[in-house]
Amino acid sequence: MTAVSPPPLIEGRRLVKRFVASLDLAGRIAARLGSDRGAWAVHAVDGVDIAIAEGEVVGLVGESGCGKSTLGRMIAGLLEPTEGEVLFRGRSRSALTGSESRAARLAVQMIFQDPHASLNPRARIETIVGEAPIVHGLVSKNELPAYVDEMLKRVGLDPALKRRYPHQFSGGQRARIGIARALAVKPKFIVCDEAIAALDVSIQAQIINLFMDLRAAYNLTYLYISHDLGVVQHISDRIAIMYLGRIVETAPAEELFRSPNHPYAQALLAEMPRIAPNRQTFHPIKGEIPSPLDPPKGCHFHPRCPHAMERCRLEVPLLKQIAPGRLSACHLNDA
Amino acid sequence: MSGREVLSPTLEVADLRTHFFTKAGIVRAVDGVSFEVRAGEVLGLVGESGCGKTVTGFSILGLVDPPGRIVSGSIRLKGKELNGLDEAGLRKIRGNRIAMIFQDPMMTLNPVLRVDTQIIEAVRAHRDIDRVAARELARNALARVGIPAPEKRLEAYPHELSGGMRQRVAIAIAFINKPDVIIADEPTTALDVTIQAQILYEAQKLCRETGTAMIWITHDLAVVSALADRIAVMYAGRIVEQGATSDIIARPLHPYTQGLLGSVPSANRRGARLAQIPGLPPSLLAPPPGCSFQPRCPRAVAECALAAPPVTEPMVSRQVRCFRPLVVERAAS
Repeated sequence: MTAVSPPPLIEGRRLVKRFVASLDLAGRIAARLGSDRGAWAVHAVDGVDIAIAEGEVVGLVGESGCGKSTLGRMIAGLLEPTEGEVLFRGRSRSALTGSESRAARLAVQMIFQDPHASLNPRARIETIVGEAPIVHGLVSKNELPAYVDEMLKRVGLDPALKRRYPHQFSGGQRARIGIARALAVKPKFIVCDEAIAALDVSIQAQIINLFMDLRAAYNLTYLYISHDLGVVQHISDRIAIMYLGRIVETAPAEELFRSPNHPYAQALLAEMPRIAPNRQTFHPIKGEIPSPLDPPKGCHFHPRCPHAMERCRLEVPLLKQIAPGRLSACHLNDA
Repeated sequence: MSGREVLSPTLEVADLRTHFFTKAGIVRAVDGVSFEVRAGEVLGLVGESGCGKTVTGFSILGLVDPPGRIVSGSIRLKGKELNGLDEAGLRKIRGNRIAMIFQDPMMTLNPVLRVDTQIIEAVRAHRDIDRVAARELARNALARVGIPAPEKRLEAYPHELSGGMRQRVAIAIAFINKPDVIIADEPTTALDVTIQAQILYEAQKLCRETGTAMIWITHDLAVVSALADRIAVMYAGRIVEQGATSDIIARPLHPYTQGLLGSVPSANRRGARLAQIPGLPPSLLAPPPGCSFQPRCPRAVAECALAAPPVTEPMVSRQVRCFRPLVVERAAS
């Protein structure tokens, strides 16, 4: 990084999110009587650094419970981090005030996984798409109908349907409505959280193509969160792999798939089913993701890692550069 | 391969039709489906949601509830006709000769019973052995599907197990009576990649070891291409293409199969536009005239809207339902 290069569009520094459940009444009484069950905390995200440059598509991959959605929500501004900060164009988002703060928040939008749960069932499509631009004064009331029509056309929906309700649309169409709503406030950056996971293969392809068209048309930056490695490989420039609250490896997509460095990344890519004329033989890694309530000490992956050594049990590996643009958190790289 | 060809199929389904008689009209969920599976073979039944793949599985087990019923067709297990069998006859088959694995293992497992109680129950329903021997079988079954500390897991309740662990228990129950056929309905869809790989590995191994025939129902072509010996592609209640996995993946004949394969992202076309199939799958209440894929098909001609194409065999052991299969052009060029 030289001094002249612009700061990343979005950057998360040492992001931590803990979900703490305090004791209920029964628990407090039990504690008075000498129970050793205290309040528990889930370390959903455990000190993550991530920087995303303007125009880049970063894929965030991991298995369920690894904290990828929580990280996405912190970056989108829907969750406040417990520790750490999110920077927008090099300035901490929590330090911005007034119109600057609003602009920074509007520039980051999110598209959700479940098109049923994320659309108000009692609002018409024109309201769902048109509400935010009016509230934020992006368009006037007179211009709104034409603006909503344009947004719907942009995502491949017929504007004649705009007086309908979400339940009158198919899953693929609902995904498009969610995209139109996010686009309507002219964002710079979109967090897509498993946005197409619930759709059929042929419909998924339509939406992936739409994402790529929109990126080209509006110079959008994406953080694309998914457990589907095939899709992530297809659309991402760079991929970050998460395991139990930490990023274990980030690399340009092609390099990662050619030569994954971290043992978890290697296992994940080896076990990804691929379309091939020959049958695949699986050599699965043992065990399951440990509970984030009680993560293993040291490297979180060591209980499942075939190369684990004594050091892995004691010391948390740091994310270090192993090649230009490639970071990995594994003690094996020091050897 | 050639040795297996002479074996007669374990399960033969011929011209199966399962329709649902709803107030809105007749839904032809399964409309003339025929296939066979042999011992030790995995057949992948692939299709998008609503294409009738799950109803096909339910029909084989006689699990279709009103307003649906099997209208016609035959389901033969080792030559014995199952369609028309009464409930008592079906109970002897289910869980014994034919077992099912569901997408959600909690559909198989009773939440208020311990794992050992449930497995012992499944064994003793079909075999005359005492509880101690049944428990021994249960422990071996859990060990075989790769569950660590099986003795401890036997005493657990389903809610104490993770999703992947529950699915293994469901698979152990399915295999425990050494069935002839297992129908697996999207068993790994809800699981993570590393857990899915473990389950696929166990399923592959068990089929090979026990000679059980397996029907693997899924929407995921990648899973099926990794696992199945043969693939049947379903669309709107019919099998549109059937053949050996390697042939279908390398040379699809039906335009729908080609479209499906094209819409899956793959490594060598990174960043390129995906070949999307335009439009939506049709409603089974009012399917389009002629071939049901014709409104979305890039190769459709006037003929396609007039009559449904019959099943043809343009290549050896490849069946396709299409007037203009892709092979014709290749042969001409």
